[in-house]
Amino acid sequence: MNEFYFIAIVVMIFVVIFQIAKASEYVSVLKGEEKSRKQNNKINGFLLITFLILGLLGAWYCNELYYGKTLFPQGSASVEGEKIDFMLYITIAVTGLVFVITQILLFWFAFKYQEQDGKKAYYFPHNTKLELLWTTVPAIFLTVLVVFGLKYWFKMTNDAPKDAVVVEITGHQFAWDMRYPGTDGKLGKKNYKLYNQPSGNTLAVDFEDPESWDDLHTTEMHLPVNRPVKLVINAMDVIHDVGLSHFRMKMDAVPGIPTTMWFTPQYTTEQMKKRTGNPNFVYEISCDQMCGKGHFSMRGVIVVESEEDYNKWLASQKPEYFTFFPDKDPSKKVLQVTDSASASKPMAQVMPNNP
Amino acid sequence: MSTVTAHGSTHHEAHGDEHQEHHHHETFITKYVFSQDHKTIAKQFLVTGIIWAIIGGLFSVIFRLQLGNPEATYPFLEDFLGHWAKGGKLQPEFYYALVTMHGTILVFFVLTAGLSGTFANFLIPLQIGARDMASPMLNMLSYWFFFLASVIMMGSLFVQTGPASGGWTVYPPLSALGDASSGSKIGMDLWLVSMAMFVVSSLLGGLNYITTILNMRTKGMSMTRMPLTIWALFFTAVLGVLSFPVLLSGAILLLFDRNLGTSFFLSDIVVAGKIMPNEGGSAILFQHLFWFLGHPEVYIILLPAMGMSSEILSVNSRKPIFGYMAMVGSLFAITILAFLVWAHHMFVTGLNPFLGSVFVLLTLLIAVPSAIKVFNWLTTLWRGNIRFTPGMLFAIGFVSLFISGGLTGIFLGNSALDIHLHDTYFVIAHFHIVMGVASFFGMFAGVYHWYPKMFGRYLNNTLAYIHFWVTIVGAYLIFWPMHYEGLAGMPRRYYDFSNWESFKNFGGLNQFISIIALIVFAAQLMFVINFFYSIWKGRKVTNQNPWGANTLEWTAPIRPGHGNWPGEIPEVHRWPYDYGKDGKEFIPQDVPVGADESKH
Repeated sequence: MNEFYFIAIVVMIFVVIFQIAKASEYVSVLKGEEKSRKQNNKINGFLLITFLILGLLGAWYCNELYYGKTLFPQGSASVEGEKIDFMLYITIAVTGLVFVITQILLFWFAFKYQEQDGKKAYYFPHNTKLELLWTTVPAIFLTVLVVFGLKYWFKMTNDAPKDAVVVEITGHQFAWDMRYPGTDGKLGKKNYKLYNQPSGNTLAVDFEDPESWDDLHTTEMHLPVNRPVKLVINAMDVIHDVGLSHFRMKMDAVPGIPTTMWFTPQYTTEQMKKRTGNPNFVYEISCDQMCGKGHFSMRGVIVVESEEDYNKWLASQKPEYFTFFPDKDPSKKVLQVTDSASASKPMAQVMPNNP
Repeated sequence: MSTVTAHGSTHHEAHGDEHQEHHHHETFITKYVFSQDHKTIAKQFLVTGIIWAIIGGLFSVIFRLQLGNPEATYPFLEDFLGHWAKGGKLQPEFYYALVTMHGTILVFFVLTAGLSGTFANFLIPLQIGARDMASPMLNMLSYWFFFLASVIMMGSLFVQTGPASGGWTVYPPLSALGDASSGSKIGMDLWLVSMAMFVVSSLLGGLNYITTILNMRTKGMSMTRMPLTIWALFFTAVLGVLSFPVLLSGAILLLFDRNLGTSFFLSDIVVAGKIMPNEGGSAILFQHLFWFLGHPEVYIILLPAMGMSSEILSVNSRKPIFGYMAMVGSLFAITILAFLVWAHHMFVTGLNPFLGSVFVLLTLLIAVPSAIKVFNWLTTLWRGNIRFTPGMLFAIGFVSLFISGGLTGIFLGNSALDIHLHDTYFVIAHFHIVMGVASFFGMFAGVYHWYPKMFGRYLNNTLAYIHFWVTIVGAYLIFWPMHYEGLAGMPRRYYDFSNWESFKNFGGLNQFISIIALIVFAAQLMFVINFFYSIWKGRKVTNQNPWGANTLEWTAPIRPGHGNWPGEIPEVHRWPYDYGKDGKEFIPQDVPVGADESKH
């Protein structure tokens, strides 16, 4: 019933406006087209200048309301992101200036030079000096922006520092999985054809590769503060995107084509809770590339903590290999993993199709 | 207004007759359905475009209901959407289908076919002084291929698994694998086939526009005497002809991957627990193919709006367009650059950083011709004697929106900043303002300006003014605050933000935007009512040249028949922007240059 009333009211408003509009057309014919046209001109000229003033005030008010909710007042959570913030501020300054000047000119000219009786438009078809002026000035501004932008772009897309913590992150519909290289500092090989062999091997890790034996598989990402982190990014099924808005970082996860990015977290999660005044603050990984019906729920969590807490957390994790091959777990003490004969035997059993 | 003719040329008094003599007999079918008259074909494109715009707009209103009030249920939705809105709540799959179809419909069916199809067809012969297009037959086919594409796309809305739902950019593997998303089943095949038909349509149209402009200009109409509308439509056609085939190839390869087991875009995939056999393809390759069309496409949408706004600003300022040659030159520069910037959509795909830097440079270079255009428009207004016809208001609105949306492009084109802003609401705000709303404003300006020529009647002025003011205020209220959401990293294409600590504090704003969207949509319906009502009941045009314009279409009868001019085609003696020259208010293009006339 409510919808019925709603539709009825909307239709009524339409009919009323329509009738008024028709009536005003008759009135304008009676008054004389020329006269009503001039009247309309005055009204619209006034509205244009009003729109300019209210619009600029509105832009300011919008900024008051929402700037605090953007991530910029709290600063970038990564060292590299500060450069992006700096770029943003320069760009806002340049474009903001151009925006205000050109919008004022546009609406002011429209208002100022509205039709007046007895006035003639000024015949002014071209002026080479003016045109050169507004070709070169924007070009100079843009050169500055490009130079800054590319300097930071090359820095950020360069190779990660040698001492970076390496974490692999893999996207699949609709969650993130992490893999840490373990004590050897190397991630084991993967082969997507090994998916679910043995059952539960969702990252398709090749457990014949000894480098995989100490790798950790987690669903939460822990990172030490103030150390560069290199993310190795994979996708199992469709394209995803690792979006780390607090760190100002983002990179696609493409099936078949691993990508990387690196950054240096500079605040722990606890520190960020204080900086933002939000006790529930958490670093979130958002999927920023449309990946299917659960795209909006593909959320990951990063915990940034002190080096000490990070190491403690690492130590508490058990290599994934032992989940699948509990008989190899030294804590349960059975076989030596270095014995090649005994190590390869169970593999052949679990992977009968492996060439 | 009274026609202030600067001279006494005879055919200006020759008022039009609705039913002109034709050299051949026409039935209802050949006149209104399979017509080869460019004016009828233009109207067919326009009406089809309007129908699509209502559908596409309605989709956005429905998904804004969800975004504005993620907790609410709307039982009436279930009544006509069935299981897509179970319990009155939009299902995520259907939400994504709506988002995808909204983009597809508005980008391709409304702002490409509806805009170029309408105005290129209508204006090219009339403004260059030709009786019709170079090939009226191909022109007719162009519309009917578009119609076919429309029918297939419309059909995809009704298949059981739903229409395509991977975003209007249909990136594989999501769009290639039926197991990845229900929208990637038969709905996706229909999408691809429909787009293939669409490409055929736009190629037939584009070739025709180029040929007509190059070969069929009337005597005296040199290239540099063409109105800027024609220049813009010419470059638009060039862009379309050179870039649409690439989309076609991408669509066909994707069809192969989907149905014939090829691996152009697929490699190393496990989907829904199934290990796919595909190896060696590249998902990124599709993005290159897509954006090689996709970016020129932005200008295919924008250039006609620029051209029409230039024309309308000049006519209603009663002043020549400032810097005609610079305007043509900047259109040309934009056309060239449009082909060289596509990878700026792919800065975060793992693109080679050096390649990325080249695209940054070329992308930001586009700001230079854009700035030239803006300042030339401003100078055109300067010291004019401006009449605020509805068309003029929309042209002014176009410039305002083009400035606002163009400037945010400088943020996104700079790859370092794009890392943070990519695929957030900042991008949504940017392209909706600069490509969506601005082009719509250009299109509205064109409809209001040329409606008298199309139908021999006026649109209702009061409704037109209401339409303009609600739309421009609403557009800024909707899209301006979205920049802030984007700065906060809020990602695009999210069905619900309430589980996110980082994004959930924009709930109130999302609700506000949804309410404004509803109002703006209602204002567009008002326009549609005005449009159709006025075709039959609008005030009749009695003045052959109601805006006092110089271009040739206003020398044709009020309702030109097939062939446009009953007698000889007028000869052109001057450029189209002699407004306010030598103390005369305007001098139409077909007026011979007087002996004592000053040079410009």
